[in-house]
Amino acid sequence: MSNRALIDDLVRVCGPGGVRHRLADLMVFEADGSVDGAVKTTLPQAVVLPTSTEQVAGVVKIARKHGVPVVARGAGTGLSGGAVAINSGVIISLTRMNHVLEVNLLERTALVEPGVVNLDLSTHVKHQHLFFAPDPSSQKASTIGGNIAENAGGPHCLKYGVTTNHILGVEVVLPSGDIAWFDSNQAGYGGLDLTAAIVGSEGMFGIVTKALVKLTPIPQSISVILAAFASMDDAAMAVTEIIASGTMPASLEIMDQLSIEAVEAAYHAGYPTDAAAVLLVEVDGHPLEVAEISADVEALCRRIGTVQYRQSYDPVEQAALWMGRKMSLAAMGRLAPNYYLQDAVVPRSKLVQTLDEVDRLGRASGLPVANVFHAGDGNLHPLILFDRREKGAVERVLELNHDLVVACVELGGTLSGEHGIGSEKRDHMPLIYTESDLRAMAGLKRSFDPDDFFNPGKVLPAGLMCGELKDLHMQRMAQKHGIVAF
Amino acid sequence: MATINLVEELQKPVPFSGPDMPDDELLRACVHCGMCLPSCPTYRETGDEASSPRGRLWMMSAVADGKLSLLDPDFDEQMYQCLNCRACEAVCPSGVQYGPLVEASRAQLEQHRPRPWWQQLLRQSVMSWPFDDVRRMRTGARGLRLYQQSGLSRLLQRTGVLKLMRLENLERMLPPIEESPLAPGKDTWVPKAKLANAHVFNGCVMSSVFPDVNRATGRVLAHNGYATDVPVGQGCCGAIYSHTGMLDDARVLARKNIEAFERAGDGAIVVNAAGCGSALKEYDHLLKDDPRYADRAKAFTARVLDVNELLDQQPLIPPTHAINARVTLQEPCHLVHAQRISAQPRSLLRQVPGLELVEMQESSLCCGSAGIYNITRPKMADALGDRKARNAMATGAEAVVTSNPGCQMQLRTSLIRNGSEQPVEHIVSILDEAYGGRTATGWAIDHQ
Repeated sequence: MSNRALIDDLVRVCGPGGVRHRLADLMVFEADGSVDGAVKTTLPQAVVLPTSTEQVAGVVKIARKHGVPVVARGAGTGLSGGAVAINSGVIISLTRMNHVLEVNLLERTALVEPGVVNLDLSTHVKHQHLFFAPDPSSQKASTIGGNIAENAGGPHCLKYGVTTNHILGVEVVLPSGDIAWFDSNQAGYGGLDLTAAIVGSEGMFGIVTKALVKLTPIPQSISVILAAFASMDDAAMAVTEIIASGTMPASLEIMDQLSIEAVEAAYHAGYPTDAAAVLLVEVDGHPLEVAEISADVEALCRRIGTVQYRQSYDPVEQAALWMGRKMSLAAMGRLAPNYYLQDAVVPRSKLVQTLDEVDRLGRASGLPVANVFHAGDGNLHPLILFDRREKGAVERVLELNHDLVVACVELGGTLSGEHGIGSEKRDHMPLIYTESDLRAMAGLKRSFDPDDFFNPGKVLPAGLMCGELKDLHMQRMAQKHGIVAF
Repeated sequence: MATINLVEELQKPVPFSGPDMPDDELLRACVHCGMCLPSCPTYRETGDEASSPRGRLWMMSAVADGKLSLLDPDFDEQMYQCLNCRACEAVCPSGVQYGPLVEASRAQLEQHRPRPWWQQLLRQSVMSWPFDDVRRMRTGARGLRLYQQSGLSRLLQRTGVLKLMRLENLERMLPPIEESPLAPGKDTWVPKAKLANAHVFNGCVMSSVFPDVNRATGRVLAHNGYATDVPVGQGCCGAIYSHTGMLDDARVLARKNIEAFERAGDGAIVVNAAGCGSALKEYDHLLKDDPRYADRAKAFTARVLDVNELLDQQPLIPPTHAINARVTLQEPCHLVHAQRISAQPRSLLRQVPGLELVEMQESSLCCGSAGIYNITRPKMADALGDRKARNAMATGAEAVVTSNPGCQMQLRTSLIRNGSEQPVEHIVSILDEAYGGRTATGWAIDHQ
C-alpha cells in the first residue's frame, strides 16, 4: 500500500493537525541526544502526535494494517538511539499527552500521561511537599514515558532507586492495538508483575499511555558536602568506606581533575583546581539523622586525608556546590567541541582499577577522557572529548568506547547504568549476556510482540543487525574475544 | 537528455548562498541533546519537534548540507513561526547562539524567496516608513492620542467599524497614550549630586506610545545620580529589520545610532525597552564585517546597559514613597534570555517600600508579543498571551510589571481578553512613583 494511503488512514485517527509527513517535518525526528555517527537513523514515513490512548491504539492498528513498524518517542533526549526510527515506519510522539491527571495525597501517587516532563511533575506537587525521585540529568526536558522506557536513573537514585522503583502501574497499548492496564500496586497481587517488564523495555513491548507513579516526600533537611582529595584513590576509598559503614547518602558523585578544570574555567564554582578528585555528598532526611550522617562522613573523609572539606545547609550555597557537577557536561565545551558520554557500570570495589584502565586506554587512543560519575552505584560516565570535524575522529571515539566497554565488562561491570541500550549498545550485548540469556530476552519480546513490530532493531542483536557500525563492533569483538553474532 | 538534466537541476535543494549565511561553526555547535525543548514557547504549545529549537537547527543544518531546500515551505514556516525569544539560548548546555542563526536564515529567505508584491508593499508601509524615521511614528502617536482623547476610539469600537476593517486586533493593543511624544535633544534631567552621565535610548514605540516611561526613566536616573539626556540624531534600533531578515536595513539604522551616541559624549547608553537593548548590544555582531564601523560598534555595544542593569549596579537611593501593593513580574524574553537580566528587576522591586513581589508560573516564557509577531501570527500569539494572562491572574497580584513595550501591549490585550483588570506597568514607572513621580524634588529639567 502506498504511503499516501497510510497518511490518509492516520489523519482519520489523529486529524490533519496530528500527522506529519512532509520532508522538513519528518527529518527533525531523526535526531536524539546520541552523538552523530554512533547511531544510524532513517527518516520515518510519518510522525503522529496523538492526544489520547484511543488515538495511540488506532495508530498502532493502522501501522499494523500497512505493515510498517512503530517507534514511541518522548522528548527525544535519549543517548542510545532508542526513540529514532532505524527501519522507517511511524513515530508516535507522545508529547501532546502531557497532563497530570490525578494526584492522590493520601496514597502519595500521581496518575500521569507519558508526555509529562519529569521536572514538571516535581514542580506540580512541590507545594504538597512531594517530588518524583528519579532525577536524570535530562529531567528538565525528558518525559516520564521516556524515563519509564529507559528505566532512567540520576544522582539521587543511590538512595531512592531508579525509575522502576517508582512506577506502580501502567496503561499500555500493546502491539495488537489492545489497551491493557498492568498494576503492581494492588494489595495481595498474585499475578505476574508486568509493570516491571514494561519499565526499561525501551518501547519494544508496549507503548505506555498512562502511568501511576510514586511520589516521595521532600526531605526535611539536606546537607551538601564537598570533599577534595589529593588522589582519585582516596576519593574512591571514601566512597567505598561510606557505603561500607552502612550509612546511605542520597548521592555520592565524583569528578576528576580534568572535569574540575573545565567547570572552574566555565563557572567558577569554587572547586579546588589542585585536587585530583572532588567528592560531592548529599545527605537528606530527618535533621537529626542528617547531622549524624554528615558527622560520620566528615570523620571518614578526614581520616582518609581530605585536602579541602566544605559542608552546607544553605540552599543557595548548596546550589553553588551542585552547579559544578550539574553543569559539568556543558563545561566540557571548554576542553573540546564534542564529547561522547559513556555509561558503563562497575562494582564499587573496582572503581580505582577501572579508572586507571580508562586513563590507560584514553592515553593509548590519544583522546582525552574526563570522568564525572555516580560513584555511589559504580555508574561511570567517562566523557571522551573530541572534535568531530577532524577526519576519522568519530571512528576513533567509537573504537575507544568499545575498548572501555570491554574493559568494564572484564572487571565485572555491565554496559549501561541508565542510558539504555537502544541501537547504540545493542551490538555489545553479547559481551555480557550468554546466548541463552539473549534467547530468553528475545522470547519475552516475542510473547509481547511476535511480529517484531514495536521499535524493531533495538536492544536485542539477534538476527536484526545491519549497518556499518555493527560491522565495526563485530569485527573488533571477533578479533578480541572471538564473539560472533548469532 | 537535456530535459532530464533540467528537471534534476530544478529538483536540487536550493542551498544557502550569498551574504549573511548562517555561520557553519555556530550551527555545528548544536549536539541535538534536546535540553532546549521545554524552554521553547512554540514547542510548549504544539508538542511538535519541528516547532522546537533543536528541530529548527536540524533543518538549518539540512539546508546547509544540501538535504533540504532553502525554499521548502515548511522551512520557511518554521523560521518565521519562531518568536526569536532566545529562551533556548539561555538553557543550551553547548552555548549555541540560536538568535544570530535564525536571523541569518531569515536573511537567506528574504534574499532567495521573493515575497509577492502585496507583501512587499505592506512591509514598506507598515515597517519601513515609520521605523526609518521615528519622527513619523511620533507624529502618528500624536494623532492617535487625539483619536483616543476625542472619544472617536470609543465610538468606532461601539459601532463595530473596527471589526469591519479588521483592525480590532491592532486597536485593542494600543494603551492610552498618556503624554505627548518625547523628541530627542530637548529634555535633560540633572541630579543633585552627579555620579555619571547617562544617555537615554529613546526608541520608536517607547518615545511615541510610552513617552511617560521615558520621562520617568530620566527622573529615576537623576534621583540616582545620573545626569541624563536624550541625544539628538538617534533613531530606531533596527530590531524590526534584523528579526525579519532585513539585515542591511538594520545596519543603516545601527550606523546612525552609533554616530549619534558618539557625539553625545561619555556615559552609559541606557535602554528601557528590552527588545531595543538586546539589538543595540548586538551591533558588534551586525557590523562585524563593516571595516569602517566594526570597532566603533564594539565600543558602542560596551556602553549599552538596560535600565534594570544600570540601576541595580548599586543599592538604589532609598525611594521616598511607599507603594502598598502586590505585583508580579513578567520577564521580557529579550531581557531574561537575550541579555540574561533576571535578578536585577527583582532586586529593584524589593527596594520599593511596601511593595510585595509574587512570582508567577512561567514568568520567562514568551508572552507572544515578539516584535510584530502578534500582528503577523495572531493565533499562536493569542495562545501564548492567554497562557501568560492565566499565569499572571493566578498570582492575585494587583499589577503586572515588565520592561518592554511589546510585552506591555501584548499583556494588556491578553489580560483584557481574559477578563482581568490588572494594569501593566513598566518597572521604571513603579520606581518613579516610589520617588514621588512627576512632582518629586531632587531633580530638575532644563529645557534647551
